[in-house]
Amino acid sequence: MQNQTMLDPTSELSPVERQLNPRLESLAGSTVGLLDISKPRGKEFLDEVASQLQELGAKVKRYSKPTFARVAPLELNQLISNECDAVIEGLAD
Amino acid sequence: MNSTSSQSYALVVKKACPTCELIEPVIAQLFNQLQLEVYVQDDPAFPACIENKIDDRSLEFSYHNDIEIVPTLIRTQPDSTEPTGAERVVGWNREEWEKFTGIESLGSNIDPFKPGCGSLTLEPGMPEILAARFKADTLKSRRVDLAGAEDIMEACYERGWSDGLPVVPPTPVRVMRMLAGTDRSPTEIIGKVPPDYVECSVEKVAINAVMAGCKPEYLPTVLAVVEAALQDAFCMHGLLCTTYFSSPVVIVNGPVTRHIDMNSGINALGQGNRANATIGRALQLIVRNVGGGKPGGIDRATLGNPGKYTFCFSEDESDPQWPSLAMDRGYQRGDSVVSLFAGDGVQPVLDQLSRTPESLARSFAASLRSVAHVKKFGMADAILVVCPEHRRVLKEGGWTKEKLKQALFDELMTPGTELMPGVDGIAEGMPEKFKDKLLNKFRDDGLHIVTAGGTAGMFSAIISGWVASGDKGSQMVSQVVK
Repeated sequence: MQNQTMLDPTSELSPVERQLNPRLESLAGSTVGLLDISKPRGKEFLDEVASQLQELGAKVKRYSKPTFARVAPLELNQLISNECDAVIEGLAD
Repeated sequence: MNSTSSQSYALVVKKACPTCELIEPVIAQLFNQLQLEVYVQDDPAFPACIENKIDDRSLEFSYHNDIEIVPTLIRTQPDSTEPTGAERVVGWNREEWEKFTGIESLGSNIDPFKPGCGSLTLEPGMPEILAARFKADTLKSRRVDLAGAEDIMEACYERGWSDGLPVVPPTPVRVMRMLAGTDRSPTEIIGKVPPDYVECSVEKVAINAVMAGCKPEYLPTVLAVVEAALQDAFCMHGLLCTTYFSSPVVIVNGPVTRHIDMNSGINALGQGNRANATIGRALQLIVRNVGGGKPGGIDRATLGNPGKYTFCFSEDESDPQWPSLAMDRGYQRGDSVVSLFAGDGVQPVLDQLSRTPESLARSFAASLRSVAHVKKFGMADAILVVCPEHRRVLKEGGWTKEKLKQALFDELMTPGTELMPGVDGIAEGMPEKFKDKLLNKFRDDGLHIVTAGGTAGMFSAIISGWVASGDKGSQMVSQVVK
């Protein structure tokens, strides 16, 4: 496929790469989603992450993907982004 | 080849040109007798009569030598790889070519004269493609290269360049084509765009104009609109930051509106006309992309208004006796002028029964009282958009625009006692210090009158303005389209 080029319409004050979302300043009072990608033993690992987050004052919500082999369904992404300030995704077993 | 001559020549041809085919015998003669390079634009096997022709399918040689017609025979300077192009013959004319080359009996078996064909460099769209290819350094903006499988439309969204609607991807060729709409240098700085106050070049305006969907012929108007928005009196930064509804409203007057086919008639404030839609949008995209002004960031509007996508129209100037907005502001009928107003929604004034100017003016005035709030005076400016049928009522009653303005001013004088907090059971109202004063709804120069709309319908409109008006906020500004 042919490479495409565009000219930057902005003031070029930001890097051209995609920007990171703003980072949380504190975990206290924020809602952190834990996304289990559905690999074995994910639950035990994320249980521990959850308890440590709760000690730091965060509220934790748990989610899981139907299968680790596919990207998360759009509805799940939307649900997490609506309900959480941050998300931690378990990537491997 | 004639080695005694220090002169050298270049010939540009294309096979698809019958004249170039006709002069093949001439090309052979010249090739044998002169120091000649033959460039072919379309088929490197042509002309078959000679070897060592040069493939110019990239059109690089043709572009750099400003070839407009084929065949073109150029006399090139000795000891120079860059032909000056100053001396040339175009098309086929035996007498001219003989004189030009000093060779007699050129093409004695063919017609002595045949005009040439257009060069491929001038095919529609090609000049900008070639400019983007061979004069890439004209464009200074950072290049954003996409991965092969990336969707170019989605890429614009993902980078935050869109107002929510699709934008036309600003490729170098499109931007080059847009810049052809103005004589101004792409590097010229037209001002600093709030809220980031970064310098904005003509090139950045062109990029955003491409994205907004503008045609190159709109660019001078877009540039004037941006320059107007950057005038201090317009207070673009504050207008962007406000929690109020307002945003720039663009009104265009003069010959340019006809040149670029703007709509001042049916549905003038609505959708459907490319120039109206895209010129207003270009300004919004420039504030967003160059200035960095985005909703939820610096833009803190509580509700905003749909005109923040685009709000731009031209005035109906079909009645030579009725002065235009630009004329009210000191310009001539023949001037092309953009005026910017910090305004928001459209509020109808329905009056289907008034047949006298007096009655109609009272209708207008009563409706104008509701701008911002019926008990807030001297705060928001307004534009009254008089529709053609209402203008007819005024004219048939012998009124001028000036008389209408005076009548509205008189009608809108109100004792402060009627505007105090609590009056009419409404807590909102004017501060106590105005209690004993006679107040006008609008500050001096706060009410503007324009004409637009279809010829059927006794429906005028009020475009109410930002509550920070005048010296403490925004005033209408105008700028001539260069």
